[in-house]
Amino acid sequence: MKIELRPLQGTSPGYYLLMGGMALVALVGLAAVWFMEHNGHIVTGMNNQIVWGLPHVFAVFLVVAASGALNVASMASVFGKTDYKPLAPLSGLLAIALLLGGLTVLMLDLGRPDRLIVAMTYYNFKSIFALNIFLYSGFMGFVIVYLWTMMERRMNRFTPVAGLFAFVWRMALTTGTGSIFGFLVARQAYDSALLAPLFIALSFSYGLAVFLLVLMLASNGSGRPLGDALMAKFARLQVIFISAGLYFVTVYYLTNLYFTRHHAFDRFILMDGGIYTLLFWLGPVLLGGVLPLVLLLHPRIGQMRRRIAACAALVVGGGFAQMYVTIIGGQAFPLVIFPGHQVSSSFSDGVINTYSPSLPEWLLGFGGIAIVGIIVMVALKVMGFLPERLDDEAMQHHAAALAAASA
Amino acid sequence: MTPDPSSPSKDAGDTKSSRRGFMAVAAAGIAGILIAPGVRLIEIAQAAPATGTPSPGASSKVRWGMLIDSTKCASGCTDCVTACNTENGLSGGTKATDSQWIRKIEIKEVRTGKTQSLPMMCQHCAEPPCVDVCPTGASFKRADGIVLVDKHTCIGCRYCMMACPYKARSFVHEPQHNQKSDVPRGMGTVEACTMCVHKVDKGEMPACVSACASAGHEAILFGDLNNPQSDISKRIASYPSRQIRENLNLDTGVRYLGI
Repeated sequence: MKIELRPLQGTSPGYYLLMGGMALVALVGLAAVWFMEHNGHIVTGMNNQIVWGLPHVFAVFLVVAASGALNVASMASVFGKTDYKPLAPLSGLLAIALLLGGLTVLMLDLGRPDRLIVAMTYYNFKSIFALNIFLYSGFMGFVIVYLWTMMERRMNRFTPVAGLFAFVWRMALTTGTGSIFGFLVARQAYDSALLAPLFIALSFSYGLAVFLLVLMLASNGSGRPLGDALMAKFARLQVIFISAGLYFVTVYYLTNLYFTRHHAFDRFILMDGGIYTLLFWLGPVLLGGVLPLVLLLHPRIGQMRRRIAACAALVVGGGFAQMYVTIIGGQAFPLVIFPGHQVSSSFSDGVINTYSPSLPEWLLGFGGIAIVGIIVMVALKVMGFLPERLDDEAMQHHAAALAAASA
Repeated sequence: MTPDPSSPSKDAGDTKSSRRGFMAVAAAGIAGILIAPGVRLIEIAQAAPATGTPSPGASSKVRWGMLIDSTKCASGCTDCVTACNTENGLSGGTKATDSQWIRKIEIKEVRTGKTQSLPMMCQHCAEPPCVDVCPTGASFKRADGIVLVDKHTCIGCRYCMMACPYKARSFVHEPQHNQKSDVPRGMGTVEACTMCVHKVDKGEMPACVSACASAGHEAILFGDLNNPQSDISKRIASYPSRQIRENLNLDTGVRYLGI
């Protein structure tokens, strides 16, 4: 028995309600952009010290999660975990949707979003930002080709190659995203090659969490069964990814603890940084790290859907907190221009920079998430991205059929 | 900026006219998208001097630089800051969203309590991190070492502000009015000290340098770092000067004495 991919059937009121809600949030987000671009960034909480604010937290989270959402497809095509094969198209779709949502937020927060054409036609190839434009569009292209090879029967034989390219490219993409910060030599919080692998580890975790939430919501909403064995596998995978993320975060702060010049920064984030300290310990460490780890290690986790969903949501929440601490906390810590000196000026030298996100920034961020939702929902409706059934029995038949085919 | 007298008055606010207004805005928007590239070409064409021979442009034989003697810089004196604001049409405000191209920093050595005052601005690095990170190349270094932002190609991503080791750059957060014709500024783009390039190109001194001299401090020396006979080169050759954050190896055009 083959597991069929089918578009969502019927028109449940829930689907249209959710779609309507998403459309409304996206529209309100666009209105917020118009307001910001009309009045200037003065209406945001950003300033000359905290130059990247909440929109970047949303955008970077979505872009990082995008590459991670491709995990499930990569597992199937690159690492031979054929169990995940029926879910590979959904994984690819989510990767594209998350990337588009993230890039939309990033682009609409520019001082001059109307100059998108300039960003597309003038390139400084030494800039990791400019390289990222290629990494983003390349990722989009590779994943689309990959989806095509999966969904067009005649192209199936190219799926492993396309999958490999997409996988290699997603590693490059997240390396690029981490390096946006890692290559900033001037600032205490960044200036570390470790940020690239850290972002890759985080992307695995965030991407899988988002994937699980979407899979559970879509399957539930359309009455398609999900097997316990499959969910237990995903839960174990999530445990590994959360641990990897925590490991890199730990090494990052340990490295800083060893370098005397970074002691003050570590102290700021880990001990007396106020909101950033609170967000760090509560977010990625406790609620987004340790708690889901403990919850997911139960032996019969496959049957505990609510717990898996809650853990995925915790990972996503922890991820946002992690991005907030990394991006905004990193800028809040004062730039050290004169080591060993107390400094003061009219331009916030030597003081902790303050930032409170304004409403338009929140609306823009949520608008980006709504765009992701709309893309996914429309795609699920018009094309067969979602397997018809993923219950244990179907999965066993699927595995047996694959084994027979390869024998 | 004075309102255009030909523009329609705001009080005609019935539904019809607002719909017409919307159509007009939409049409103008579409027209703008179609025509904008052409307008840019005209702009570039007109940017060349209207009279006389075209400027030879910046020469790499010269490297403009400054030497700031912090022992002559008076604590509390902000004449250089005021002169910069006046010259470049900055508001002079010090809100977190206001542009500050030059600022006075008071530094106090933690161990000894020794205090000093000095101006801080774009250090016009030979290897500027802001230029490295700029995705569009809007952040650039002239042949004569002056680091500038091309207001036409800056997309306002603020990556250069993240990358600058001196916090020398500001982002224009609000619409700008009554700008100086020599110093165009634009909402949504990044800006910084231009070393008064418009004055330097006419053979004049940057505004901060003149103001400091007028105040009797003469703490800022401006000149050509490439010319061994220039005052600035001689001073740097004979006194121990420093680059700020010199471990970053950026070869700054602004050097400091007495710190």
